Amino acid sequence: MPPMPKAHLGFLLALVLGGVLSGLSDRIDPYHLDVLIGVGINIVLAVSLNLIAGHTGQFSLGHAGFMAIGAYATAAVTIFLGPHLIGDTAAPGGLAENTLFGSALLIGGLAAALAGLLVGIPSLRLRGDYLALVTLGFGEIIRVLLQNFEPLGGALGLNGIPAYTTVFWVVAAGAATVFTVGCLVRSNYGLGFLAVRDDEIAASAAGLDPARYKVVAFTVGAFFAGIAGGLFGHFKMTITPSGFDFSRSIEIVVMVILGGLGNTVGVILAAVLLTLLPEFLRPVAEYRLVLYSLLLIGLMLARPQGLFTFRTHRAVPRA
Amino acid sequence: MKFVSLLRFATLLAVSPALHAAEPIKIGEIASLTGKEAAFGQSSHKGTVLAVEQLNAVGGVLGRPFELLSEDNQSKSGESATVARKLLSREKVVALLGEVASSRSLEMAPIAQRAKIPMISPSSTNPKVTEVGDYIFRVCFIDPFQGTVMAKFAKETLKARRVAVLTSVSSAYSVGLAKYFKERFLADGGEIALEQKFAEGDKDFKAQLTAVRAAGVDAIFVPGYYTEAALISRQARELGLALPLFGGDGWEAPQLIEIGGKAVEGTYYSTHYSPEDTAHAVQAFVAAFRARWNGETPDAMAALGYDSACVLADAIKRAGGTEGPALRDALAATKGFAGVTGTTNMDPARNASKSAVIVTIKDGQFKFVQSVAP
Amino acid sequence: MLTEFLQQLVNGLSLGAIYALIALGYTMVYGVLRFINFAHSDVFMVGAFAGLYLAPLAPAGSILGGLVVVGGAMLASALLGVAIERLAYRPLRQAPTLNVLITAIGVSCLLQSAGQLVFGAAPRSFPVIFPARALSVGGLDFSSNQVVVLVFAAILVIGLRLIVFHTRMGAALRAVSQNPRAARLMGIDNDVVIRFTFALGSALAGAGGVLYAVNYPTIDPLMGVLPGLKAFVAAILGGIGSIPGAALGGLLLGLVETFVGGSQYSTYKDAIAFALLILFLLFRPAGLLGKARIEKV
Repeated sequence: MPPMPKAHLGFLLALVLGGVLSGLSDRIDPYHLDVLIGVGINIVLAVSLNLIAGHTGQFSLGHAGFMAIGAYATAAVTIFLGPHLIGDTAAPGGLAENTLFGSALLIGGLAAALAGLLVGIPSLRLRGDYLALVTLGFGEIIRVLLQNFEPLGGALGLNGIPAYTTVFWVVAAGAATVFTVGCLVRSNYGLGFLAVRDDEIAASAAGLDPARYKVVAFTVGAFFAGIAGGLFGHFKMTITPSGFDFSRSIEIVVMVILGGLGNTVGVILAAVLLTLLPEFLRPVAEYRLVLYSLLLIGLMLARPQGLFTFRTHRAVPRA
Repeated sequence: MKFVSLLRFATLLAVSPALHAAEPIKIGEIASLTGKEAAFGQSSHKGTVLAVEQLNAVGGVLGRPFELLSEDNQSKSGESATVARKLLSREKVVALLGEVASSRSLEMAPIAQRAKIPMISPSSTNPKVTEVGDYIFRVCFIDPFQGTVMAKFAKETLKARRVAVLTSVSSAYSVGLAKYFKERFLADGGEIALEQKFAEGDKDFKAQLTAVRAAGVDAIFVPGYYTEAALISRQARELGLALPLFGGDGWEAPQLIEIGGKAVEGTYYSTHYSPEDTAHAVQAFVAAFRARWNGETPDAMAALGYDSACVLADAIKRAGGTEGPALRDALAATKGFAGVTGTTNMDPARNASKSAVIVTIKDGQFKFVQSVAP
Repeated sequence: MLTEFLQQLVNGLSLGAIYALIALGYTMVYGVLRFINFAHSDVFMVGAFAGLYLAPLAPAGSILGGLVVVGGAMLASALLGVAIERLAYRPLRQAPTLNVLITAIGVSCLLQSAGQLVFGAAPRSFPVIFPARALSVGGLDFSSNQVVVLVFAAILVIGLRLIVFHTRMGAALRAVSQNPRAARLMGIDNDVVIRFTFALGSALAGAGGVLYAVNYPTIDPLMGVLPGLKAFVAAILGGIGSIPGAALGGLLLGLVETFVGGSQYSTYKDAIAFALLILFLLFRPAGLLGKARIEKV
């Protein structure tokens, strides 16, 4: 695979960029930093959903549910285990703190991946709208369960989460997501994702196992959504179950669709655009949601293939 | 680009008085102006706007007018932190006012605390809000007090021994208030016969109420918001339950009577103020509010939004400046401030210790029952 | 014990009748176009507001006045539904399902946010339009409004079945549902049929909106979200695309919610509704009354 070294280079460059930005973050306006981190987290979410919905063609409306699991698991580790592991004396931003956060993120990601596995299995039997509904139901159930689980704060959510998220972590997570999804899809193994999306029956006739691809897509996608959740929680310092509701899932879906299903660059651009747009529309706050939805409908009508897809895609005809 | 020029024109209008006057004092306000809890956010916002306009009409404080910068969080989680950062870093506001909902106040609080900029929540009653740090204040009482007041009221005035509680599980406010009520009521020798739950957006409570009916209780405590309280009262009456219902400050809104109609007659709730209060300050506020906002009668959220801005202005005057630490100290030292929601005294935990008012509904009107001192 | 059980049965049926009314609209559109019309629950909301503005024009608290208000709201909703179909969905007729789904979500978001601007965000109280009385029969308590909802639901289900199975338009509708291309070859104008479907489905949502507001007299621009989701679950339970299925699913969901809501597990009411959805989709995707569809190559 010739593109591989280039991808590795890109990944390393992103890490360096993240390090530099992180070093400069004291000089960046905190509001800009806030928006920047928001953009990064949304890129992780959108690219990971793109693996499920874009590359593999399995429509999911429950991405916020995976994000919630990651956010709560990561925060639980840093809040409840953190003080025992690194003590109160650890230097802010020091090695101990970052190691703790890194491992917590990993645990959050794995917890979400486990949930992804559980949701991926139904996708073996279902497709299209029905799968979308199962994932929607899953996301809502996660929310209701969190609301009722007092040890994790119930409806009030978890507060006092340490502010561990830095630009470095976000850029690193973004780069890792893009890199992993890119490598997966471009590898020989990963061509199977596209095959499953384009024609499941033909794919299985060609000796591929569609079930495996779907489960892998859900597990990997959920893993990164969980990481994004962990970053989100340690950035906002407080999380509530209602922050991971259906409309949050929809936001991520819209990014993927606007960017163009399966078009990683387009999805990244869409994530950037859709995070910045509401910020620019703030002065007209009351009309913001109206404009936002009009824009959405207009774009769907004018560029149904996604805003940033310029090659002609094979449109999947509706049944 | 008509729109852009319009915007520029608007900015010019807002800025122009500042050109030949002293530099304005910028205050940030974060409220749920749109979205599912817009009703509360709008009310609070209108109160705050009125306060700022009145303060500016008499020349502001320290010879400087106020400039209120309001940001909407669409009632969404995650938004308040972003707009708080925006107000602090871009607009360099000297203080933050907001939010109504405790869960969203908890999002703003760590940001304000880290920046060492005081934040005053007008009406978040969950105790956790001010526990975030020493820059976080509120001008209302907290749920443990409200729960205690209603538990005592249930026992002493309603003579209730067995009480049912209907809690909204998706609302941190409801869960918290229910908890403090139950603790106190049990400690006083009462009995919680059963607790039934519902979630935000529910409109049918007959299932829960039928279970309540079967349990045979003396009264029903509904720590929720006014739409839920009104519907629960209606449906309780439709099921033939003639028991008293009572709740907390979430009930406060004219819509309680509009929606509840005859069913809310004889229900009780605790709140921060009553527009019927004959005190001069309250009547002046009610009249000014009606004149400013198309004849609307201010509810408790509006009164607290108003008081939050007034308490801040008072502290700025006493601090003699707008520096964060000095302003914080002045806010913490607030004693005997007479506002429309009663006298505000900041306690050491930065919560306003003030009286609660118990209100009932009689002949389609809110009627003051009693005032309970802290 | 028995009284409590019977009372919960009554509660559940009347809640279920409302879910059934909304579910009918989902089922109609899904049956013909195979997509989830997310905006349906917001048409339901607009229907309720249409009722609010029409109510002062009709005599209050009379059956005739109530019928006029419901009829007017149905008409307004039908017009809105047709407009949405023409402006937002028709240009996407050949687009992938997901794009239509996104557009539907966009329309839903637009109606909600525009509703907040036009109607205001605060909940409004809904006037009395039908004669309202508290009734008590053998220890069971209910209101006359609950009876109205049940009667309406029954009439509309039967009426809809008559339209679909005993009119020319209904035959065309079924034809388009089964095979749009073949229907066109038979001289059926698909656009007309689809417009009719949207008009009918939206009118049902409008009726549902007013009847919902009559029973729970507080309306706001976001009132459609939760009942909309629940009604969708109901449509799936009953078998989406099936008219009696929507009715059955609605009643079933109403009963389940009521019995859970009255038990000590009331806090998991919504989770159980969605768990039911998942279980049905996994093990009986065709629902109770739907026909299983085999996807062909």
